[in-house]
Amino acid sequence: MAEKTPLLVVNNLKKYFQIKTPMFQKEKNLLKAVDDVSFYIDKGETFGLVGESGCGKSTLGRTIIRLYEPSGGEIIYDGVNIAEMTEKELLPYRKKIQMIFQDPYASLNTRMTIAEIIGEGLDIHTNITGSARLERIQDLLTRVGLKKEHANRYPHEFSGGQRQRIGIARALAIEPELIICDEPISALDVSIQAQVVNMLEDLQDELDLTYLFIAHDLSMVKHISDRIGVMYLGHLMEVTTSDMLYETPLHPYTKALLSSIPIPDPRASRSERIVLQGDVKSPINPKEGCRFSSRCVYKQELCDQVTPVLVEIQPSHFTACHFVKEINNL
Amino acid sequence: MSKILEIKDLNTSFFTHMGEVKAVRGNSFSMEKGDILGIVGESGSGKSVTALSIMGLIEHPGRIKSGQVIFNGEVISNKSNKEMSNIRGSEISMIFQDPMTSLNPVYTIENLMTEVIIRHQKVSKSEAKRIAIEKLRMVGIPEPEKRISSYPHEFSGGMRQRAMIATALSCNPKLLIADEPTTALDVTIQAQILEILRRLANDLDTSIIIITHDLGVIAETCQNLIVMYGGMIMEQGTVDEIFHSPQHPYTLGLMNSIPKVHKKDKSRLLPIPGSPPDLMNPPKGCPFCPRCKYAMEICKEQMAPRYRIGNTHTSACWLLDAQAPDVEGFKKGCDIDG
Repeated sequence: MAEKTPLLVVNNLKKYFQIKTPMFQKEKNLLKAVDDVSFYIDKGETFGLVGESGCGKSTLGRTIIRLYEPSGGEIIYDGVNIAEMTEKELLPYRKKIQMIFQDPYASLNTRMTIAEIIGEGLDIHTNITGSARLERIQDLLTRVGLKKEHANRYPHEFSGGQRQRIGIARALAIEPELIICDEPISALDVSIQAQVVNMLEDLQDELDLTYLFIAHDLSMVKHISDRIGVMYLGHLMEVTTSDMLYETPLHPYTKALLSSIPIPDPRASRSERIVLQGDVKSPINPKEGCRFSSRCVYKQELCDQVTPVLVEIQPSHFTACHFVKEINNL
Repeated sequence: MSKILEIKDLNTSFFTHMGEVKAVRGNSFSMEKGDILGIVGESGSGKSVTALSIMGLIEHPGRIKSGQVIFNGEVISNKSNKEMSNIRGSEISMIFQDPMTSLNPVYTIENLMTEVIIRHQKVSKSEAKRIAIEKLRMVGIPEPEKRISSYPHEFSGGMRQRAMIATALSCNPKLLIADEPTTALDVTIQAQILEILRRLANDLDTSIIIITHDLGVIAETCQNLIVMYGGMIMEQGTVDEIFHSPQHPYTLGLMNSIPKVHKKDKSRLLPIPGSPPDLMNPPKGCPFCPRCKYAMEICKEQMAPRYRIGNTHTSACWLLDAQAPDVEGFKKGCDIDG
């Protein structure tokens, strides 16, 4: 994939939250939600980000769009580092990166009409006014499968699936290039999830969009993504294409994660389920070493001393594990 | 095998200021002892209300309008709240979706568990603690002697759910109702909880009802399945029958709208168009009719009767009638049940 230029490159991105520290403790207590994460997304690609709750996947998404100030590292969008820009310098980039949120009930202002919600971005970033503005809003509504008449209604008049469509229309309003989808379907019913996923795929084809798709539903992530990154406690553990990840996972955590997905087929024979033992480490002031070591059956002394970094084990298959070759007989 | 639970023509409604919300409409089913029964459906399909009706926990403005709940050969749907509170927790227990909000944060796990045990088993405090520790060990909480004095917030989500299962099991119930027991949990933890539930049914002969929207959970844990939509039972049968020859367009639609992780093809998902019905004014005929691609004239007018496909398999769809048009996959010409 060398001929493609990545649209977004994230280099050693860190986001630490300062939390309550006892008065006489010298060092501040830091919750390292995202710690040294590096990856890239090509133009027109869907990059999936999976991990369990608390692994920092949503924080990563929010840091990339600069809803959180990064604690370190680079966010290179189209060749420009936006990690340290001021709010004013950032404005043109805000237009290029948009976000769709998880909870369609909390992410729409209940006091604004749909037209106001979608139009807000247009007012900030474009000069479209009057009838052209209304036309644009109506066009967006029909594009996401709603009706033109819906423009003057309020969010409470819509179902969860419809609200998520409004959220998508809002994100599309200013013609972004990259959309960060933070668990866009997990609050929706099964039959509605498929509608939204299909729509996201259609929009990607029509508008040449790039997605960062954050979710914990592994089967949906596999369905929609070209490449997938697996996160565990703020670190990326494995990054590869979605087919390779599901066929030949290399990292012990990915293996356990994949073996836990229930198969919706009573006749399917499943391979031995790997049940993880031990507790998840604390993300507060983590010690040097692999974050997964407390639950890993292959753990050795080295794992608690040196933090493994992502290494390309096979072509376009990256893993952060010291013993990946031994475990997989490579 | 004897029937542990039988539901006959259950109707539960909520009488709100906006009008009557018919949450459960004329449902009948039964389950055998030691069985794991799955109830699947979307939000608002009536699956949780069915569970609460069994427990006698329907609160104002809701009411069981008609129908019977027969538990272990005894009608319990007409019992007073006082009589029901002797059954709840000892004979029938329930675990809820969100383990944080359903455990009282100001009590320790010990307080929470011994309260139930002393209430139903009339044992001493120390004996109650011994039983509680034994149950915590059974659900896989490490060092239960120490952890029993913890507060719920000191437990992780998976541990809390285990503590809740342990509490529900503390009086050896005959029936355990699990309402979305793993929805709030991560997949690796979900796998552990489902394993515990399976073991319970196997070892202790506890009957379990699992309410969920996750077809994967159903396929891995349940023997029998009920598919609900718009307050009604659409299809009923063994898990194998329903997954491999679904006889209701809604079930078929559900199966098609989930991605197949374990298969290679990346074909498009086939969603069900439209959105679930408004239970304030449910459609006159079949509730699924407005979203159904096979809908016929009769579907708009009248709900289909229950057609019997096999010994254990029934479906309420007009496509199974002798006069229905041929549709691939559907076994037309079935007899009406009962």
